[in-house]
This record gives sequence, structure tokens and C-alpha cells, in this order.
Amino acid sequence: MAQHWRAGAAGLAVLGLTLTACSGAKVGDSTSAGAKSSGGKCGTFNLAVNPWVGYEADAAVVAYVAQHDLGCTVQKKDLKEEIAWQGFGTGEVDAVLENWGHDDLKKKYITGQKTAVEAGSTGNKGVIGWFVPPWLAKAHPDITDWKNLDKYADNFKTSESGGKGQLLDGDPSYVTNDAALVKNLKLNFKVVYAGSETALIQAYRTAEKNKQWVIGYFYEPQWFMSEVPLVKVNLPSYTTGCDADAAKVACDYPVYDLDKIVSAQFAKSGSPAYNLVKNFHWTNDDQNTVAKYIAVDKMSDDAAAKKWVDANRDKVDAWLK
Amino acid sequence: MAVAADATAPVATLRRKVSRPMVVAGILIAWLVLFALLRGRQTLTLAAADLTGLHRWLNDLNDSIGANRNSNPIFLYFFNEIRLVIDNLVTFVQSLISQPTGTRPVPQIGWLGVVGITGYVSWAVGNWRVALLAVAGFTFFGLQGLWQESMDTLALTLSAVIVALLIGIPLGVWAGLSDRFNRIMTPFLDFMQTMPTFVYLAPLTLIFLIGGASAVITTVIYAAPPAIRITAHAIRSVPETTVEAADSLGTTRTQQLLKVLLPMSKRTVVMGVNQTIMAALAMVTIAALIDAPGLGKTVVQALQSLDVGTAFNAGLAIVVMAIVLDRVTTAAAARTEAARRTGDGLLKWRRPLLAAGGIAVAVLVYLSHTYVWAAEFPGSGSTGSHIASAADTTTTWLQDHLSGLTNALRDAITNGLLNPFQTLLTDSPWWLVGVTLVALGAVLGGRWAAVTAAVCVGLLVGTGVWSDGMTTLASTAVATVLVMLFGVVFGVWMGRSALVDRLIRPTLDAAQVMPPFVYLVPFLALFGATRFTAIVAAVVYAAPVAIKIIADGVRNVPETTVEAATSAGCNTWQIITKVQLPMARSALTLATNQGLIYVLSMVVVGGLVGAGALGYDVVAGFSQGQLYGKGLAAGLAIVLLGVMFDRITQAAARRTRA
Repeated sequence: MAQHWRAGAAGLAVLGLTLTACSGAKVGDSTSAGAKSSGGKCGTFNLAVNPWVGYEADAAVVAYVAQHDLGCTVQKKDLKEEIAWQGFGTGEVDAVLENWGHDDLKKKYITGQKTAVEAGSTGNKGVIGWFVPPWLAKAHPDITDWKNLDKYADNFKTSESGGKGQLLDGDPSYVTNDAALVKNLKLNFKVVYAGSETALIQAYRTAEKNKQWVIGYFYEPQWFMSEVPLVKVNLPSYTTGCDADAAKVACDYPVYDLDKIVSAQFAKSGSPAYNLVKNFHWTNDDQNTVAKYIAVDKMSDDAAAKKWVDANRDKVDAWLK
Repeated sequence: MAVAADATAPVATLRRKVSRPMVVAGILIAWLVLFALLRGRQTLTLAAADLTGLHRWLNDLNDSIGANRNSNPIFLYFFNEIRLVIDNLVTFVQSLISQPTGTRPVPQIGWLGVVGITGYVSWAVGNWRVALLAVAGFTFFGLQGLWQESMDTLALTLSAVIVALLIGIPLGVWAGLSDRFNRIMTPFLDFMQTMPTFVYLAPLTLIFLIGGASAVITTVIYAAPPAIRITAHAIRSVPETTVEAADSLGTTRTQQLLKVLLPMSKRTVVMGVNQTIMAALAMVTIAALIDAPGLGKTVVQALQSLDVGTAFNAGLAIVVMAIVLDRVTTAAAARTEAARRTGDGLLKWRRPLLAAGGIAVAVLVYLSHTYVWAAEFPGSGSTGSHIASAADTTTTWLQDHLSGLTNALRDAITNGLLNPFQTLLTDSPWWLVGVTLVALGAVLGGRWAAVTAAVCVGLLVGTGVWSDGMTTLASTAVATVLVMLFGVVFGVWMGRSALVDRLIRPTLDAAQVMPPFVYLVPFLALFGATRFTAIVAAVVYAAPVAIKIIADGVRNVPETTVEAATSAGCNTWQIITKVQLPMARSALTLATNQGLIYVLSMVVVGGLVGAGALGYDVVAGFSQGQLYGKGLAAGLAIVLLGVMFDRITQAAARRTRA
């Protein structure tokens, strides 16, 4: 009998739900649809999002503008660089917004397979180098000169560095000459691969908090700099061509002019989104602002982009010309 | 096969049993002596950016596939067709429950419908208790503010499981019926389960493009082997007598399969489905790296800004989904068992109830299709932000209060155990380590284990990443020792007390399902970017398996034996060390075997937190075109290490049992 009772109760519950439902709003008859319909000229815009917050900031703003000012349907695709470039040929990816001097990929996809073309600078200046936490630079100001590094090598020793000082490197997709640099500058250091950006940032965060000795690879623009402003160590200064032979590098990294790459197909399509990507241009401060909204203030990509776009309408209008 | 070696010398068995540990000791001493003499020679080291000919060849292969994919007939008529079918399947399932389709701003079935269907199906295949759990679990996703992400994950998991079963069950049946096919399949299955996913992510997107199809195929590769293995096992376990009885009734082979073998192995096959679902869920975060939507993406993105709370919240949703699906399929397996035993006579109300439930669910689905309140989960998901901030507070507290202790522990184990062992492995000439491994294989596992070890050593040298392989081997061995330590302590405790078992088991389940990416950040804060962090992560993942197996072994020691020992005046310590552990010896070997395989499957994750070596090579291969071939070789090296140790430990286990 208990079973009977249960069936009856279920029936009543359903009846109740049906009755209360009559007053609800129906799907599709409200104005909740987000994107306003465009003239259909833009269509779908496939934007690769590479895994670092600075890039996420670029993508957030471009996607927001493409969606709200041009009426594009933006498909964001979370991909590592190598995979994203692969997508140019197959039509899965239209644009990569922040390329860090990947000459190997340019050679393969732009001059080789001819599936990609350059779309100009983002305006961001990429700085790569060796950084120490601020407390350390303050306590030992001479540490910012590479010639003094050996003096402190013992302090940088860890369980991983085999008796030498440890130079911490991060994600394998970074552009890095560190192993060659250590060798050619004859430093008593060993490169230890943390293996991910997360590991690197956490190492600096702990080091600053507990006043530990850490030196490692890092880069700007980067949201983490607004939390812990790392200090750059000066290596022998960069001159054109000093990094031509990867095995013999003994100079600092060049300042990268970060640029945009789009698929060849997309460049010819006449999509207004292509013009937006081509014209997109801003500064490191702009990017750091949006990156901070996302990483530190934990805003959604869209909300962060809206906040910045509303405050910088003039810049956005220039991209849309 | 090891039995053959034993059988040749029955007289010598006794003598050999006594001397085996001494032979092992002798081999190790010889190794140490030669190491002292030959240290640093012929170590086959390769710097991070250096490549061998094999690596370059693999790179070229990769490039030529990329360049020719639009003209090659294999792509046009084979891969592209597969992709199309799977893509349609994924898109269809997504449009049902997770993604807006056409002009609809929401999927076809909203949250109310999904919760209704889940509850109904769980009740129909299991019982009302798991139905309640399923409804509560799914509602929890909404409260966490992760409804859509959870549904995306569910859609991908379901699609992958469907494909895995479509392929896996027929292959499993075949492997169950044919010994020869089973022998051919086993190495492939080993390969599919041990090869790190990172290795084939890039080629997969090259072949099947970016998106749902690639994500599902990655997941299928990892999730199909359990279905195949368990189905084969189920078919094999059908009692011989039953099959003979059917034979004598004059059934054809097809009839035998459909009327006898399959129905009788149904329960075990359902367990295979369960394992496949669990394996599929384990892939959620990895597939996010090639743009698979869902909870994994939330975890990976949170990791970029070191947002432990958000990552934990999404990880918790994955755990909840795993628990719900696990309990439902387990209940379904129990039900098929019960149904077989009792028949349908007792359940005369089942049919009308099923019908009534079906109508109720149809109404719920209709409502969720039509009305906004039933389509979009109401509320802002504030539970999620509470969970996130609680997780944040906890990790910060742990980091602030424990880091002194954890650093001391790290340095003790690294300097005391890991570094000496690693030096021994990496600084010995390669042939010395190789000979030692083969000799140990011969003594512990017999002739065939020695042959396997020799082949694996040869191939390892061929991959060009020998030195990195030895570094990884050192960390893996240390992690396995720690796993066994936890395994014995907690396994014995759980095996001796049902209450402890019930208290600890949910934690073990959660540790196995929680994506490792979630606990990487806290571990990095506690232990730094070191090999030890990777070891800790591997232990968290592998210890639960070892603990469960040992607990099971201890529990299976006959009650009477323990009672006899007690009456003979043994104290608890003596019972554990003299009775329960020796009698659970085969469970201990199995635990070592599984512990080691699970530890190896975490090598790549270790590469993300400072373990370097093979794990780093694999990650680097996924990230950089020119290191692709090296990454692939490193992946192969991991598989080879896995195969070598699996064969040696299994042969050793057969010997101890014999």
C-alpha cells in the first residue's frame, strides 16, 4: 500500500507544479536574449584564448567589443599556443591576440603552410628576464646586477639545485634561453623547471611573504606584478643579433613587441571582426588593469571588459574606425 | 608463465625460497660496488632542449600530418567521418541539457527536467535511496552556481561513455571468448591506460580538430580499457558447468552468447560501466586543455590566477558527480543481481509505478522546456562562493601554520631518501642499471619477467630519454614506498574495524576523484616547486587504491585463524604482523602493483609542479612544436616503466602465491 501512497503523492506534486507553472515566464518570449542581432555581416568570430591572464584580458575586451559593437557571435576557445596556431589551417581559430615572438611558429604557419598572417602589434611591450622578490632587492640592492649573483649563489640553494644556486623557470611554452645563459655567463646556478606558471607565481608569493631567497624567470605585463612588484635583475644588455645562436647567448632578452596573428582565411573574409583585431592597440597599463579585474578582483571576463570599455570609450572607438 | 620456470626444478624450490632475498641483496651490493667504481660514466644524459634523431623524426611526422590533412584520403574518408559522427553526438547531447540551440537561449531540457530524469532513472535502475542522493547531488550543482558547467561535463562524460561502451563491450566479449584475442589486446589496453594524455592531446586536435569531438575521443581512449577488461573478465567468470549444460542442450554459439553468457555476466558488465564512467570523469580537467567545456575549464582557469577557492568549488562538483554516478551504477549492478535471484514475481507494483513516474518526469521535462524558472537554475549560486571562501581560508591557514613542518619533512625525505637513490640511478652507467633491473626481474619474477625487463630497458635507451627516465624512476619508487606505508597503516586499521572503514572510505573516494589540479596550488605553497611536491600529489592519488586493496586483504583473513591466534595468547601487534599481514601477502603485492601504476599516471602532473624529468618533457612536448617528438618519446618511456614494473610485480605475485 505504501507504494500506492507514494505514486499518489508524486501525482499530486506534479499537478501542483503544473498549476504554479502557469504564471511563469516562457522561454523565448522575454527579451533576455543577450546579443543584439546584427546585420549578419560579422557572423561567428573564433577567438583563441591562451592560458595566461594577460591574454585573457586582451580576449575579454576584444570579445566584448566584437559582441556588443559589431554584433558578432564570439566563440572563445581555451587553447595553448601551439594548438591555437594549428587551428588557423582548419578554420577552428580566427585570431591569436598576443604572440610572444614565437618565430618557430611563424616560420611553420606563416611562411610554411601559409595558413596564418600577421595583423600588427598589440601595443604591449613584453619584458622577459630574471626577477627577484621586492624584499630581496631592498635588502641587497646590488643583487640586481648579474655580476653579483654568484656572491649570493649559496643563499639560493634548494633541495633541487644540487649544491648550486637555483634559478627557477616556469611553463615549458615560455620563450627562454636560461640554461644557455647560466652556462655562458659562467654562473654557479642550476636551472630548475617548475613546469607551470602557477608553480612560479606561488614560489614568488611564498618568497615575498616569508622573506625567502628566490630568483627566477618572469615577465611583464603580468597581473601578479600588481600583487608583488618583482624586481628585474640586469643581465648584459641586449644588442641586435646577440641571441642569434641559441647555444651561445650571453645577453638579456629583447623587449618583445607583442603582436597579433590571424588566419589567412579570416584576413580575406571582410569580417568587421578582422578590422577590430587589426586595429586593436593598447598599453601595458591597460592590460594590467583588466587583468587585475579578472585575477585579483575576481570579476568575470565580460564584467571586467565592460568596466574597462565604459571607462575608455575613446580608445575603443578608434579601433572601430 | 613464471610457473614454468619453477616447475623445472621442483627439488630446488625449497633451497631457492630460502636464498631469494640473499640473491636480491647480492645483486644490490654488486650494483653499489660497480656504481662506486664507474660513477658518472655512460649515463646518457640529454639537456632540456637537446633532441635525438628519433625525436626529430617524430617532429617531421607531426608536421607532415598537419600540412597534408586537407588532401590525404585517410583524413577525407576516415578521420573526418569519425569526427563528424562523434561531433554530432556531442552537439546533440549538449543541445539537450547544456548548450543553447538555435533561437533558444537555453537548452532543450532545463534543470528541473534533468533533475527529474536523473531521479527517475536512478530509482528505476537502482532504488529510491540512490534516487534521493542523485536528486540532492544534482540540485547541489545549481546551488554551487555551476549548473551549466556541470551539465557540459555530464554531456561530454555521457557521450564518451556511450562511445566507449559501443566499442568496449563487443571487444570485451570477443576477448572473453578468445584467449588469443585477449593476449593481443592486453598490451594495447596497458598502453592506452598508461600513456599520458598530454602526449596525444596535440596530435588528436591535429587529426580531429579542436572541440567536442577531440575531447570525447581523448576520454574514450582512456575510459574504454576498463570496459573491455571487465567485460572479458565477466564472460570468463561464467561457470564452466553452466556453459556445458547449455552446450548439451544443443545451443548454437550465438544463442549461448545471448542467452547464457551475457545475461549471467550482466552484473559484472555494469561494474565495467561504472569504472568507465569514473575514468571518463578523471579526464575532465585534462580535456579542458583542448577547449572541452565544463567544470574542468573552471578548474584550469582558476589555476591560472591561483584561485584555490574557485578551483575547489568546481572540483567538489566533479567529486559529487562521480559519487552520484558511482552509487547509481553500483545500485544498478546490485539490482540486476537481485532481479536474477528473485525473479519479477514480488514486484507487481513496479510496472504501474514506473509508468506513473514516467508521466511525472515527462511533465517536469515539459515544464523545464517551456518556462524560464524551470529552465534556468534560480538563485545566484551563493553556496558556491561560500565554499570557495571557506576553502581559501583553510588553505591560507594551512600554508601559514604548516610550512615550517612541511619544509622540514620535504628536506628530510629529499636528502635522506630521494637524492641518494636518484644519484645511484642517474649516475650509474646505463648498462649497469639495465643489468640490475633484468637480474632483479629474473630473481623476483622468473624468466619471462627478465625478458620483459630486458626489452623495456632496450626500448628505454632507444627513446633517448634514459637519464630523465631514471630521475622519474627514483621519484616514483620513493612515492610508491610512501604509498605502501600509508596503505599498510590505514589498510590494516580499516580491515580490522568496520567503523573506521565506513569513516575513512568517503575521503578515499574523494581523493581519487578530485582533480589533482585543484590541490596543486596548496601543495606548491606548502612544499615549493620541488620533486617532493610531485611525490605528495602522487601519494594522495595512489594511496587510496593501495589502502582499499590492503583493507580488503586483511578483512578476508579467515575469522577462525585470527581467533585461534588470539586464544594462543597473541597480542594485537603480533596478530597483525604474524597473522594478518602474512596471510594478506597477495593483497600487498597487488597493492604495490596498483600503487606504482597510479603513481606513474601522476608523473605528468608532477612535471607541472617541479618534478622535471619525464613529466616535464611530456608537458613541454605538448606546449612547443620542436619538443613534440621528445614529449612523445618521454610518454613512451613512462609506458615502458609501467609495463616493466607491472610484469615484474605480477610475476612475483604469482610466485609468492604458488
